[in-house]
Amino acid sequence: MPQAPDALLPAPELSAPIGPGNVRREGHSKVTGNALYSVEYQPDQIGATEPILYGAAVLSTIARGRIAAIDTKNAQAMPGVRLVLTADNVPRQSPWGPLNAPVRFARSQPVFFDRTVRYFGEPVAFVVADTFENATAAADLVSVRYEPLDASIVLKESGGINPAPLHGGKSADSRTGNFDEAFAQSPHQIDVRYDTPYQNHAAMELQGSLAHWKDGKLTVYAPAQIPDAMQEGLAATFGLPKDRVRVVARLIGGGFGGKLPYFSDSVACAIASRILKQPVKFSFTRQQMFTATTHRPAVLHHVRIGVGADGHIHALAHDVVSQTASFDNYLDGDTMGAKGLYRADAIQTTQRIARLDLPRSDSMRSPGDASGTLALESGIDEAARLCGLDPVEFRLRNDTQINPSTGQPFSSRHLAECLRQGAEKFGWSTRRKRREGEWLIGYGVAAAMRDNMLRPSSAEVTLAPDGVLVARLAMTDPGTGSITVLSQIASEAMGIPLDRVTVLIGDTDFPPTAGSGGSFGAESAGSALYEACVALRGALQSKAEVAAGTHLHFADGALIAGDRRYPLGRLVGAAGLTVQGHTAPGMEAKRYAEATFGAHFVEVAVNAVTGEMRCRRMLGAFAAGRILNARTARSQALGGMIWGLSSALIEGNVVDPRGQFVMRDLANYHVPIMADVGAIDVMLLPEIEPVANPIGIKGIGEVGINGAGAAIANAIFDACGVRVRSFPITLDKLLPGLPTLT
Amino acid sequence: MKSFSYMRARDVTEATRAAQRPGSKVIAGGTNLLDLAKLSIERPSALIDVNRIPGLKEIRRLPDGGVRIGALVTNADLAAHPLIREHYPLLSRAILAGASGQIRNMATTGGNLLQRTRCVQFYDTSDRCNKRAPGSGCGALDGANRMNAIVGGSASCIAVHPSDMAVAMRILDAVVETTDAHGAHRRIPIDDFYVLPDAAPQHETVLTPGEMITGVSLPAPPQGMQSYRKVRDRASYAFALVSVGAIAAVEEGHFTRVRFAFGGIAPKPWRIEAAEAALRGKPRNAQAISTACDIALAGAAGHGDNDFKIALAHRTLIAVLGA
Amino acid sequence: MQGSALAAAVAQTGLVQAAPPDPDAARDALTGSFSIVINSAPHQMTVDTRVTLLDLLRERLMLTGTKKGCDHGQCGACTVLVNGRRVLSCLSLAVMHDGDHVTTVEGLAEGHGPDAKLHPMQAAFLEHDGFQCGYCTPGQICSAVGMLDEWRNGAPSLVTDDLSAHPELSPAELHERMSGNICRCSAYPNIAEAILAVSREGA
Repeated sequence: MPQAPDALLPAPELSAPIGPGNVRREGHSKVTGNALYSVEYQPDQIGATEPILYGAAVLSTIARGRIAAIDTKNAQAMPGVRLVLTADNVPRQSPWGPLNAPVRFARSQPVFFDRTVRYFGEPVAFVVADTFENATAAADLVSVRYEPLDASIVLKESGGINPAPLHGGKSADSRTGNFDEAFAQSPHQIDVRYDTPYQNHAAMELQGSLAHWKDGKLTVYAPAQIPDAMQEGLAATFGLPKDRVRVVARLIGGGFGGKLPYFSDSVACAIASRILKQPVKFSFTRQQMFTATTHRPAVLHHVRIGVGADGHIHALAHDVVSQTASFDNYLDGDTMGAKGLYRADAIQTTQRIARLDLPRSDSMRSPGDASGTLALESGIDEAARLCGLDPVEFRLRNDTQINPSTGQPFSSRHLAECLRQGAEKFGWSTRRKRREGEWLIGYGVAAAMRDNMLRPSSAEVTLAPDGVLVARLAMTDPGTGSITVLSQIASEAMGIPLDRVTVLIGDTDFPPTAGSGGSFGAESAGSALYEACVALRGALQSKAEVAAGTHLHFADGALIAGDRRYPLGRLVGAAGLTVQGHTAPGMEAKRYAEATFGAHFVEVAVNAVTGEMRCRRMLGAFAAGRILNARTARSQALGGMIWGLSSALIEGNVVDPRGQFVMRDLANYHVPIMADVGAIDVMLLPEIEPVANPIGIKGIGEVGINGAGAAIANAIFDACGVRVRSFPITLDKLLPGLPTLT
Repeated sequence: MKSFSYMRARDVTEATRAAQRPGSKVIAGGTNLLDLAKLSIERPSALIDVNRIPGLKEIRRLPDGGVRIGALVTNADLAAHPLIREHYPLLSRAILAGASGQIRNMATTGGNLLQRTRCVQFYDTSDRCNKRAPGSGCGALDGANRMNAIVGGSASCIAVHPSDMAVAMRILDAVVETTDAHGAHRRIPIDDFYVLPDAAPQHETVLTPGEMITGVSLPAPPQGMQSYRKVRDRASYAFALVSVGAIAAVEEGHFTRVRFAFGGIAPKPWRIEAAEAALRGKPRNAQAISTACDIALAGAAGHGDNDFKIALAHRTLIAVLGA
Repeated sequence: MQGSALAAAVAQTGLVQAAPPDPDAARDALTGSFSIVINSAPHQMTVDTRVTLLDLLRERLMLTGTKKGCDHGQCGACTVLVNGRRVLSCLSLAVMHDGDHVTTVEGLAEGHGPDAKLHPMQAAFLEHDGFQCGYCTPGQICSAVGMLDEWRNGAPSLVTDDLSAHPELSPAELHERMSGNICRCSAYPNIAEAILAVSREGA
C-alpha cells in the first residue's frame, strides 16, 4: 500500500440511504430469467468442449447399520449410463473431518468411503448418465442390501452430553451469580419446558453442483455461501493443493445457512467428472434434500425465570439439549438470548447435545437464536404476566447496556428505543383484546437480539483507465443484497457513480472472504472492500502529486484537490491500478459486546371454532447500525419476520419410527405461502455502530426472525388463553383449550 | 421415471382400447400421475394422452335442470363457470379450496376424481404401504398419521382421499359417466364409484381396466344454503385436515333439509345419509348438529397423531351448519 | 395391444414411436415428436417421452429462466404460460404440448440482454424488491401475469365472497391467488405490492 503524502485525505464517508435505496444490481437479470445459477451453466460457459453429464443419487433406507451389498448390474445396463459410483469403486479420499476443525465447513467430506450407514436418507450411490431421465431411471434400479442395527433417533433431555470434549474442551455454558439461590428467593417463578422442532432450510434452489476438471484443476459451480471454505474442504477431501480447486458461486438460490456446508453432490460430481473426463452436474431432488443436506436441530428447552416484587429479573436459566448427528459435534447457540438480552443477578445457561442416528444438523437462519428466543421470549411473556406487568414495560425494566454474562458494554444497543418506538407505531397501548365473530383477537410482543460478528475478509479493486471500478472478492449473495450494498460502498467510498462500479463475487479466484452467514456477510466483506477503497484512494492521491495541505475529496469519478479535478481513469495509466484491502476483528472490538436489537409487535386472530390462526399484523423495529440500503435491508427484515411467523405457526419436521423425516417435500413440509402473511411493517431505527467496523453497520439478515415467533405465540395466548410450549403451534394443540360450542 | 411409450388418442374408443393394456395409463392434466411417476410409485409403460379428444371439455345444462361436466374440463374452468357459480357454489368453492391456481388450470374433472392419496407412507417407496405394495403392511397405523383417516379405513390402510371437489360432488349426488374398452357406457353414482380399502386398498374405484371417465353429471341442486369450509395447516395450498361441505335449508330455526359430507378424514368423501336424516326437523343448534356428527362419524378412531380430527370434524360441522 | 395392432395404432393416431412388443423390456428410451412455439419461436422437437416441459426448456432449449424448485408441483418456481394460462411445467410432459404456445420469463421482455425492455410485471418486481435470491422469481412473474388475466376475466377465488360478482383485487384476493408460488426468502409483501401496482396500471 503506498504511503499517503500529507495532503488532507479524510476517510471516505458513507451516507445513510436517501429514499428507498437502489434496486438490486443483479435484479434485471433475475426478473428476465437471465440470471444463471450453479447447475445452469452450459459447456461453452465453463470452457468445456464435451456435453455435461447428469447425476442421480441413491439414498439409504435404514437409519443405522451396514451396507452388505450393492447390486448395480441393472443400473449399469440402462441406456445412457456411464458410471455407477458406490463404496465398491469410489476412489480413495481423505477421511471425514477433522471433527473439531477450525472452520467446520472446510472439513474433508468423502462420499461412499465406507459401508456404514449413519442416517436414513444418506447417499450410498451415484449414477451418471447422458440425460437426466436416464440417470434417474437407472438410479431407481440400484439395489442395496442392508444389515440394520438399532438406531437412536429420539431426542430426550437425558440423552444430552456436554459438547465441550468435542469442541477442544471449549464450554458453551455460562454462569453469572448463583442461579439456584437467586431463583429460590424470587417471589415470582417461571419454570417451564419448551420444545422447538427440526426445521429444513428448503431454499428454492435445489442443492446441486456442476463439476469440471480441466488440466488437472477442478472447478465446481455450486451454491456455496462460503466458497473459500468449500474450496478448502474439497481440496482436503481429494488431497489436492487449494490452488487446484476453484469454487464458483456467483448466484445462490437461497441459503439460510443450508449452503454454508458443502455436500456430497459436489464431491460425487467431482469424482465422476474426473473419471469420465466430462463435466457432470447433479441436483438432489427436493425429497432427497431433506436428509442429504443439513437441518435445524430439534431443541428441548428448560427455562426458569425468577422475578422480584419490583419486576426485576433476579434469576434466569436457559438449559437446552439439541440434536446433532452421531458423528458430528454441531452445537446450536440456543442460549445466546439468555446470556445477553436482560440484566439479571444470576444467569445460568447450559447447552447439551444428543448425538442421534439422524442426518446432520447445522446452522439455519439465526442458528440457536431462532429457536432459543422462541422459548426465552415466550418465557419472558409468562413471567411478565405472572408479575402483572405489561410485557413491554417488563422488558424495558430489565434492559441493560452491559452484557450481563460477560460484563462488556454493548457497543450500541437501542433495544429500549425499538420497544418504545415500535409500541408507539403499532398502537400497543391502545390494543384491545376482543372477539370478532368466530375470531379471537390478541396481541403479543417480543424482543430480538443477534450477536454481531466481523470475520476476516479481503477484497481487491481495479480501477481501469476508462474510470470503471471493478471489485473482486469471494463473497456471495444468496439474496441478501450483497452485490448491491458492496457496489454502493465502493461507489460512495470512491466517488464513482454506481453505474461505473462492477462488483464480481462468488469465485475462489478472487480474494477470500468469510462469505455469507451469521449476519456477518455485509459487514465483513463490506469492510474489506472499504479498506481496499481506502488503499486505492491513497494510491490515487500519490499519483496526483497534490501539494501538501490541499484538501482532497473524491466525487463524480474524479479526485478533487482544491480547485483541480483529476479524472480517476487518467491517474492510473494504461494498465489500470489494482489494490487489495483486508479486515479482521480488532482489539477495540474485543472490549465490547456487539449485537443487533429489535422488537416485534403482532396482532393475531385465533378461530374459536377450528383453532386456525392468522397473523394479521406484524411490526418489527430494528436498530441494526447504519442501513446501507433501505430497500434490501427492509426485505431482509421482512423475510426474517415471516420466518419467525413460520416457526411459530407452520414449520417443523418430525422423525418416523424408522428414523426417516416424515416431511420430505413442499406439500408436507409447509413453509409460508402468501396467504399466510398479513400486513407487515418494518422500522429501521437510525443508528451508527461505532466500534465493530469502519462502515458503522451491523448484521440485519437474522435479527428479524429472532423473537418474531415468540411474539406470535404470546399473542395467541393473549387471544385464547392457551399457552402452547411445543412449536409449531398447530391448531390441534389449541383445540382442547378452545371454548366449547353451544 | 422408467421409459414409456406415448400415444395421443383421437377419440374415446382409441383411448380406452389402448388404456386397457397392462401398464397403460391415461393421462389428462398429469398433475398427480407425473408426481407419482417421478417417485416410481406409478410405473406406466404406456401413456395415453386424452387431452385432444374432442367433446370432453364442455359444461352444459341438462333438461332436468342439472349439468353435465366433460371429463376434461379443468378445475379452474369448472369453478369459474357461470352455471356452477350460480347453481352449485358449493362445487366452485370446494374446487377453489384445492391446490393452486396453476394446478387448477391443469387438473381435470376426471383426473381430480381419480387422484390418489397423499399419505406420506404411500409416497415413500422405502416404507410399508398396502396400497402401493399390497401385502407390505401399513406404515401409517403405527407411524406418522396426522393426515390420515379416522373413519372408513381398515387394518390394512388408513389413507385419505385428498379431493375437495369430490366432497362437493358427493353432496350433489354426482353421477360419474364412463366408457370402457368395449364401448359400454356406465353411469355410476359417486358413492358407488369409490370403494373402501378393506383388505385391498390398491383398489380405489370400480373402474375396470381401460374404462375411462367421460364426464360427470349433477342433478338439479337441492334447495338450501351451500357452503364449503376447509381447515388446514396453512392458509392456502395445503390438503385438508378436515373439510366440510353442506347444503342446508332452515325454516324457523329448524333444519328442513340437510346434506353434509367431510373431506380429509376418510378414504372417500364421507357422507352418511342417516346422519342427515337425524337433523331433519331438528332445531339448528350445536347439540343437534353434534348428535348428527356422531352418527356420521360412528366408529371413528384416531391413530395417535390424528386423534384431534374427531373433535375438529365436530367443531367444523357445527360452525358450518350452526347459526 | 401388440405387434401389428400396435403398428396400426401408430399409423392411425400418430403414436410417436412404436413401443417394443413388451414395453417393460424396453431398453432404449422412447421418444416423441411434436412442434411447439416457445416465446414466439417455433420448434420441431423429438425428445425422450419422459422429458417434462420444464426439462425441455432448461436442458434442451437452454431456457434456464424457468426454475426447478421441487419438480412435483409444490412450489410454483416452474410456472410458465401455456396458451396464455399459467401452468406448472414440471407436471407436464413436453410431448403433450404439440401445437401449444409457451411463454417463459425470457419471453416477457422485449429484446434480450441487459438492455431488454422489461414487461411491466418484471419492472414492478425490480422496483418493489419483489425477490431476494431470485430463484422463485421467474415463476412468480409468470404466475402473476397469468393470475391478472384470470382476475380480469372474472374468475373467482377461494376468498371471493360473492361468486356472482367480479371481485376487486383486494390484498386477500391477491394473496390467495398467488399462494401457489413459494418464496422461501419471503419477499411476499413486496411481491404483492409489485403485482398490485401492475393491476392498478391496467398493464
